[in-house]
Amino acid sequence: MTTYTSATDADRRAMLDAIGVMSIEELFADIPGALRLDRPLALPSGMAEQEVYEHLKELASRNVSAEDEISFLGAGMYDHYVPSLIDTLLSRSEFLTPYTPYQPEISQGGLQVMFEYQTAISELTGLPVSNASVYEGPSAVGAAGYLAKLTNGKPRVLASRGVHPHSRETLATLARGYGQTVEEVPLKDGATDLDALVAALSDDVSAVVLQQPSFLGTVEDVAALTAAAKKVGAIVICACDPIPLGILEPPGAQGVDIAVGEGQTLGNRLDYGGPSFGFFAAAQEHIRKMPGRIAGETVDVDGKRGYVLTLQTREQHIRREKATSNICTAQALNALAGVVYLGWLGRQGLVELGELLLRRTAYARATLCAIEGVEPLHEQPVVREFAVRIPGVDVDAVVERLAAAGINAGYRLGRTYPEYADGLLVAITERRTRAQIDRLAEALEQALAAERGGAPTEVLA
Amino acid sequence: MTVPAAPTTPASSAIAAADDTLTIYERSQPGRRAFVAPALDVPERPLDELLPARFRRTRPAQLPEVSEPELVRHYHRLSKRNFDLDTGFYPLGSCTMKHNPKLHERVAALPGNARLHPLQDERRAQGALELMWNLQEALGEIAGLPHVSLQPSAGSHGELAGVLLTRAYHEDRGEQRTKVLTPDTAHGTNPATVTMAGYEVVKVGTNADGGVDVEDLRAKADEQVACLMLTNPSTLGLFDPNIAEIAEIVHGVGATLYYDGANLNAIMGITRPGDMGFDIVHFNLHKSFTQPHGGGGPGAGPIAVSERIEPYLPRPQVVRREGAPPASDGEPVVAGYAFVLDEDRPKSIGKLRGFQGNYGVFVRSYAYIRSLGAEGLREVSEVAVLNANYLLALLKRKGVAEYLPVAYDRICMHEFVLSGAPMKRELGIRTLDLAKRLLDFGVHPPTVYFPLLVDEALLIEPTETETKETLDRFAEIVAEILREAAADPEIARNAPYSTPVRRLDEARAAKQPVIRQPL
Repeated sequence: MTTYTSATDADRRAMLDAIGVMSIEELFADIPGALRLDRPLALPSGMAEQEVYEHLKELASRNVSAEDEISFLGAGMYDHYVPSLIDTLLSRSEFLTPYTPYQPEISQGGLQVMFEYQTAISELTGLPVSNASVYEGPSAVGAAGYLAKLTNGKPRVLASRGVHPHSRETLATLARGYGQTVEEVPLKDGATDLDALVAALSDDVSAVVLQQPSFLGTVEDVAALTAAAKKVGAIVICACDPIPLGILEPPGAQGVDIAVGEGQTLGNRLDYGGPSFGFFAAAQEHIRKMPGRIAGETVDVDGKRGYVLTLQTREQHIRREKATSNICTAQALNALAGVVYLGWLGRQGLVELGELLLRRTAYARATLCAIEGVEPLHEQPVVREFAVRIPGVDVDAVVERLAAAGINAGYRLGRTYPEYADGLLVAITERRTRAQIDRLAEALEQALAAERGGAPTEVLA
Repeated sequence: MTVPAAPTTPASSAIAAADDTLTIYERSQPGRRAFVAPALDVPERPLDELLPARFRRTRPAQLPEVSEPELVRHYHRLSKRNFDLDTGFYPLGSCTMKHNPKLHERVAALPGNARLHPLQDERRAQGALELMWNLQEALGEIAGLPHVSLQPSAGSHGELAGVLLTRAYHEDRGEQRTKVLTPDTAHGTNPATVTMAGYEVVKVGTNADGGVDVEDLRAKADEQVACLMLTNPSTLGLFDPNIAEIAEIVHGVGATLYYDGANLNAIMGITRPGDMGFDIVHFNLHKSFTQPHGGGGPGAGPIAVSERIEPYLPRPQVVRREGAPPASDGEPVVAGYAFVLDEDRPKSIGKLRGFQGNYGVFVRSYAYIRSLGAEGLREVSEVAVLNANYLLALLKRKGVAEYLPVAYDRICMHEFVLSGAPMKRELGIRTLDLAKRLLDFGVHPPTVYFPLLVDEALLIEPTETETKETLDRFAEIVAEILREAAADPEIARNAPYSTPVRRLDEARAAKQPVIRQPL
């Protein structure tokens, strides 16, 4: 008997008697013999809890996490501090173990969390309508593309090359299904090229997709790009990093129609890429075509305030093939972490955090670019991440030398941007102190010297 | 049994109730805070120098201002307004609300997992990649299909992957197909997915035994059909014994056969979708493989596919490369092989999301599979089916069966469907009323009004982790509610009474949507 089941031999006999069969085998009589698996599954035998723990611990010990090195790696997910109270609250069974609140009378906690979350996302993005979460960032971009397609049916989508490569690829994957083509708008001096965008725009453009800040860390001139797109009636989708939104003009105020993004930075762990959550906010006119769950306020029969899942006629379980999305299970628990985190930061704290990142990032950029042989990849304003070039050396080898010194120098842009083969994307969070930034600079300088001089990696170790 | 009565609300509790329902924004007071920013250790340059004013926000986002104690108390209290699986029975059909082992939270939180960056160099993420590879292998074995992608984030995401894989497969063969078949018993996600993937939905009927109407299928299966999406056991909780013939018809017109894995909990180690002829399977790791449901996610929806579909799988794919790792690599690697993320997949449909998927979910499901092993997984399905049939037998007794007859009177698999139509007719209470009255007894109601083809449906899935005593008690509660309704149907019609709020005005919420707090 497994420890997660409790049917004893006596239980089984009593239950089979009640059913009126002789054996459990008889319960599977509908499965034709030829289709039965006539052997045990080829899987290892079960283990005791402590053995499973040791096995999993051993596997985890073979990963180098942000616990083990000084990490400047970002590119879509960031090593922010997750406050203790999030662990405490998320481990409550009442949040952890129920499912979608189909029975609102016994799900007011989860529904009110969704309502509070929607309010926070609406505030951050400056858009009135937020759903209760989608899977994660890049698929949120794909979902936004589908909303644009449902809204205007036009065939072309223009995506800035400053949009995360995973978002662009996800958008293209989904668009092939729903019948749109995705074209790229190039960058100029590290920002989306407005002239190129204008040249590509025409009446058949369904949507323009931007990212704020861009993959290269650039604070884009969203207002100008949006204004250009609006001239031909395109829907503007902006993928946003929510932490910088604390100090940046909200996309809604800049004319953006749909703001989406990766929510990991709001109180969620790195978890090797997930689970986190995606957020999805839009202008009022899109409320009845939005994907995903939405909680709404109402009253009960006694006039008490309460919350329900609402506008469900958009959804798959009601509308089936006419639904505006197929999404069902999303990321409710991760969105809870998001709204608790925003409550923890609070109105002033979010601004203070943004300003701290802004200043530390400026310091890091200046410090690294003061090193001989390191230059800024672009001069655009940045908040939490910036790109440098290290021309004339093998960037992979440099990064490897730093790794040997316990420093993860960042994301090698050559992995997805061949035109920036000598590029390095460096991310800053509130966990990265000035001392650590100085150590990165010092180690980078040594690594460059060693690389040019051909010294072996061990010099730094 | 004592029947919970409708409580009278004492006037004195009004103040307490009002405080209970305040939002975090209503608790906000200017100047309160829970966060202290780390010290500014770099020069305090003017913001204008760093970020032009035109890019900056002038009015801060109106987030709440609360202290840590208030923040904790607020969400702690909200949690108490939720019913959950650790509190009581949760027989929500098609959702597999089985126990979530507590070990899983501990191993997922190990820093080597929780603080591992998804773009970490593969050589320094070997433990994570090995875990993913092991999970792929295990899921492939359970499905009877050799290739697995862990990337999709939920069942519906796996479905979308499956239909897009089908499109890629046909297009690669120079075929343009336009239709996808789904039975009328299908989960709503199936037809919704088909539309998103650019196909037309064609419904296939259900026969008198609750299986696919094979003649209807034969009539509708033509060269325009790309795929049949099927759940087996179906959403009626019945295994379709004609599955081999169904597969033959579908493959005969060159279409793919897609397996919706929502009901996999019935068959693990007993039969395999791949052996039934399915080409593509999705798993719901939050159903069969114990990822906690989180109030509506996170989940994960990995897919397993046959050889012919493999070239189109999403990228990256975790693969095990034999041979020594590159000489320049100073990292510890298990001798003889290394795990890599393979992006070089020219026929791939591409990415469905960022990074590698919901890794934290993979950790939990992998721990589960290693805890149970082959024997344990088979036992899970056996007991899931035993529990469902036992509960069905209890509910087929006099006093219940007259009002809630089973929709298809057969041995069921892990779940079964009752119809509340006679109850509505004879006792004047609807399935919804029964569900709401169950809340007063501390039980989560079954799935209601699904599947659509059963009038006043209740879809009941007890799962293997419930005891016989829990099932006995549930059957008694249902009988009691029916007895009570025979005496006075108003009790159920006005239920619940003991919950934080009572029936809510859903029409009002939809008509005049208030979906954020005005601030």
